[in-house]
Formats: sequence, structure tokens, C-alpha cells
Amino acid sequence: MALIFDALLSGLLTGGIYALMASGLTLIFGVLGIVNVAQGILVILGAYLSYALYQYLHIDIFLGLLITMPAMFVLGLGIEWAFIRRLKQDQSRIMLSVLVMFAVALIIEGTLNLIFTPDLVTLHATYIDASWPIGGFYLPYVYVFAFILSVVLLTGLYFLVYRTQFGYSLRASMQNRTAAELIGIDVRRVSAITFAIGVALTAAGGMAYGATNLFNAASSYDLISRLLVIIVLGGLGSLSGALFASLGMLVISDLTTALWGSQWASTVFFVLLVVLLVFRPQGLFGQLEGRKQ
Amino acid sequence: MKRIRVFGLLVLLLLAFVFPLLISDPGYDSIAIYTLLYAAAVTGWNLFSGYSGYISLGYASFTGIGAYTLALICEHWQIPGGYIPFLLLPVAGLVAGIFAIPMGWVALRTRRVTFVVVTIAMMFVLQALAFNLSGFTSGSSGVIFPLTIWSGDFYNIPYYYVSLVLLLVAFIVSWWIRNSKYGLGLLAIRDDEDRALGLGVRTWVFKLSAFVISAFLGGMAGAMFAYYGGSIFPATAFDPVVNLSVALMGFLGGVGTLIGPIVGAFLLEPFQQYLTIQYGSLSLNLIILGSLLLLIILVLPGGIVPALHRIWLKRVAMRGAISPVSSHDMEQEEVVLLESGGGEKE
Repeated sequence: MALIFDALLSGLLTGGIYALMASGLTLIFGVLGIVNVAQGILVILGAYLSYALYQYLHIDIFLGLLITMPAMFVLGLGIEWAFIRRLKQDQSRIMLSVLVMFAVALIIEGTLNLIFTPDLVTLHATYIDASWPIGGFYLPYVYVFAFILSVVLLTGLYFLVYRTQFGYSLRASMQNRTAAELIGIDVRRVSAITFAIGVALTAAGGMAYGATNLFNAASSYDLISRLLVIIVLGGLGSLSGALFASLGMLVISDLTTALWGSQWASTVFFVLLVVLLVFRPQGLFGQLEGRKQ
Repeated sequence: MKRIRVFGLLVLLLLAFVFPLLISDPGYDSIAIYTLLYAAAVTGWNLFSGYSGYISLGYASFTGIGAYTLALICEHWQIPGGYIPFLLLPVAGLVAGIFAIPMGWVALRTRRVTFVVVTIAMMFVLQALAFNLSGFTSGSSGVIFPLTIWSGDFYNIPYYYVSLVLLLVAFIVSWWIRNSKYGLGLLAIRDDEDRALGLGVRTWVFKLSAFVISAFLGGMAGAMFAYYGGSIFPATAFDPVVNLSVALMGFLGGVGTLIGPIVGAFLLEPFQQYLTIQYGSLSLNLIILGSLLLLIILVLPGGIVPALHRIWLKRVAMRGAISPVSSHDMEQEEVVLLESGGGEKE
């Protein structure tokens, strides 16, 4: 019983971290109509930035976010301006975006390997090994801190999307690009900022990921496949879908690990995903796609 | 026109046939073998994903199943290395095709991005099964193929010609589909599935059968990859990098065209191999490859073959007529070949 409780708790806590990374991805898909397959490597880049700040300037990993998130925001603006803006709005857009972002991911991966070598590292802080004893097991501080960070940032994101002028423009662009342009929304600006926000969130997600896992640049492949699965399960473009799918995925994985063995953790989840998509192709919270001409 | 096309094909084929006789450096031969196999795999991928528009990023499922099939057959029945495993390649393809039926049954209920993700997920499920059913697949310790009997300069030759045959088979199947009513049905699905259904195309049968044919070719290519490599592990048989490479080569050459996949594989695979040899596989070569891909995608978004096709059409329009005795450089042959292929995609 304690085992199951432990699995549930750690699933929920790490699920929050994944929700952070997945919300960026799903927002980018919703507004720009592209699949940002570089999200995985951007998370790792965020983790390495925190790592470098701590290693060379001794800045705490949570405080370092005040530097890394704006930096990643600017990087996102740059990528959007340089590559995504040049993709046409037609049938091939999604696949071309996959290729472009994959190329960007390759460049970042190569650069990270050059600078940091492919050796596995993890983030350090004084409190990283400390933990609270709860019941029969220990709850590491860093999981709790990371979860609190996710809650704060996700709340901020919800506020931004559902309660501000920018959020109205964002959701309008998501629903109908042309109509949004017609009523005077600067869709290109909204797209650029949305992309940059999605990338900035990876800095926080990456920090939390790096503090709880060993990582190197190649970890991005595992991450991006999980993130893609999460946003498809939640329904593409749906923020609450991304949140629930992340929590669900991590809880299921951790429960499988506890009850059956860690090697089946992702298998069970992937099988559940496939079964669910057969009955509900639009995902949990997605809108059924209308017929596209 | 037709004569030029056939002549060009024959010249290319002849070149491919004498290549290992002219160049006996095992390094180049091995690059050539991988290139041919990738070309075969991408052609197989393209005849489903390219023609029907259902982009699969899980093609390694089928190359992996093919590879494991051949490896396990060789292990269980103590088949010696040599020519016999080549004869078993169709069996590997068949098993991949059989696996593709239930997989396609499930995956083809979804469309577009969801389909892409379902195919990725299925590949990871298969990878996990290969890891975890260790009684059957020997898990992470992998399966070793029987030792080959060839050595020295002759070592690569049998692999080379079998790979060439695989590519030819894939090309002929792809050519036949592209020029048949069946292929037209697939293209109609790509352009507008609901309308195609309304017009009487049995979309479900078309999609599933193309998925299975594509898996068959992938299974054979994958088995050959593994046999040439000599051993097989879950992470290399079901490799997400293969998924991406196959799709990249397809897009580079031109998705849905007949020779686009071959052009893409012939350009990208030797280049990738060269970079790996030159700079190691982890850092600089990724940067160069990524930059090059970005350049090509942003300059030629439809792929190389459709872009050349457009240039060719423009030239023809400028001249008013095609002069029958145009030179036979590589570029033109591709374009000429394409006349029977695709390129209609805007």
C-alpha cells in the first residue's frame, strides 16, 4: 500500500514537471500549427544552462531561472524569426516544420556535445540530496520544489492565456488564423511570442528535469517522444489536456514500475495511448478536427 | 522521351553493377551498401507514406521486425553464414508484413499528426518488447548472426548485389503502384481522403494494403541491414534515428515521387557516413548535417526532385520544345525519370 502511495505521489510530482514542458509544446502547435520536435533538446539546453550557471558562477539552480528563462525566450524569438516564419501556410507545413525543427535540434545537440561532452551529468544544489521522511519513505526536497515551481508557472500561464488581452489574441489565433487577422490581431507577433513562451518554459522544465535525472544531449530523444505522446493524448492544442495527460502518464508509469517492474513502465503507457486513440482520435480534450479543404 | 528515360535507367543500373568491381576499397563499398539499403527502405516507406500522405515516423518497427526475424531464424535453426540468409530475406519481409496488419488496423484509424505519434509509440512498444521478452529475443544482450564465410576483397560483394536487388525490387513495386489505378487511389487519399471515399475508392483496403506492402519491403531491408552489421540489439533494431533518417531522405528527395526517395538516400546517407568517419558521430557532424538540412529545406521546401522538375519545365517552356539529344548528366536523368513519376504535388 505504501508502495502504491509512493508511486502515486512521485508520479504526480514529476507529472507536474512534464506538464510544464508539454504545455509549451501544445501551445506552439495550437497557435503556429507546427510540431516543435526540438522541444526535447531545448529542455536539455535549459538544463545545461542551469548546470553551467551553477558550475561556473555558483548561482542557485532555482534563482538561475531568472536568467535562463529570459535567455531561452530570446532564443525562441530568434528561432521563430529565422526559420518558422519562412514556412508557408499549406498542407506540407506540419511535416516541413518537423524537418526544420529536427535540423535545429541536431545543431543544438551537436553544440551541446561539443561544449559539455556526452558524459552524463546532473544538477547540483545544497538541498538536492535532502528529503522529508513521510510515512515509510523519503520525499526529496527537490521534487517538491520543482513541483511548486511547475504549479506557479502553470498558474501564470493559465492566467496569461485566459485572462489577458494577449491571451484572447492567442486563443483567437488558435481557433481561426484568418479570422483573427481580419479582426485586427497581429497573428505573426502573437505566433512569435507564443513560440518564445513555449521555449522559455523549457528552461524551467529542463532545470527540474536536470535536478531529478542524469542527462546528456541524447536524453532529448526519450523526452521528445514522451512529450509528443503526452500532447497527442491530451488533445493537440489543449492546455488542460497536456496537464492531465502528463499527470496520467507519469502516474501510470510509476504505478507500473511499483507493481510490475520498471522495464514495463513506458510500454503500458504506450499501449494505453494507442488503445485510447483508436476510440478517441482527437485525444482526451481535443476538438475533433473538421474537414480540411 | 521514353527512349532517353529507359537509356538513362540502364546507364545508372550498369554503373551500379560495376561499382564494386571498379572500387574495391571496403570502406567505400560499405558506404555503398548502406546507401543502397537506405534507398530501398525509403522507397518502401514512400510507397505508403508518400503516396497516401500518411506520414509514418515509425518505419523502424518494420526494419526491426525483419531484422529480428532473420536473426532468430538463423539462431534457432543453426543456419550457417553465407548465402542461405539471403534467401530468407523474403521470410523476414513476410513476418514484418503480417505484423503490419494489426498495427495498420489500429494506426490507420487516426490521421495526420495523431497517426505520426501512434507510429512512433508503436515502435517504442516493439522496442520494449524486444528488451523485455528476453526468453525469446535474448533481451539487451542481443542476437549475433552466424559468421560469414567470405573474406578479403570479396567480403562486401555478395552483400552489395543483394542490396542492389532489394533496391530494384522496391523500385519496381513502387513504379508499378505509381502507374496503376491502385496508386491513383492512394494519391486520391493523399489529396482528399473523404472525397476519395465518396468517389468510390475503398480507402480502408487501399491504405491497409499499402501499409503492409511497405512493411514487407522495410522488413527485408531491415533484415539485410542487420545481417550486414552482424549483430542486433533492441536499441539498434528499433532505432528512432532510423525513423527520422528514412523520413528525412524521403522529404529531401521529394515525398510521393518515384525516384525522390532514391535521390534523397543517395545524397544523405554517403554524406552522413562521411561526416561520421570524418568528425565522429556525436558533435561536429550533427552541426554540419543540421545546417545543411535547414538550408535544403528552406531553399527547396518540396524536395529536390520536384524542384528540379519545376526547373526543367521552365526550361522546356522557354525553349518551346525539348531537343531529343540533350546531355545525359545526372541532373537531367533524374528529371527525365520523373516524367513517369510524381511531382504533381504543388
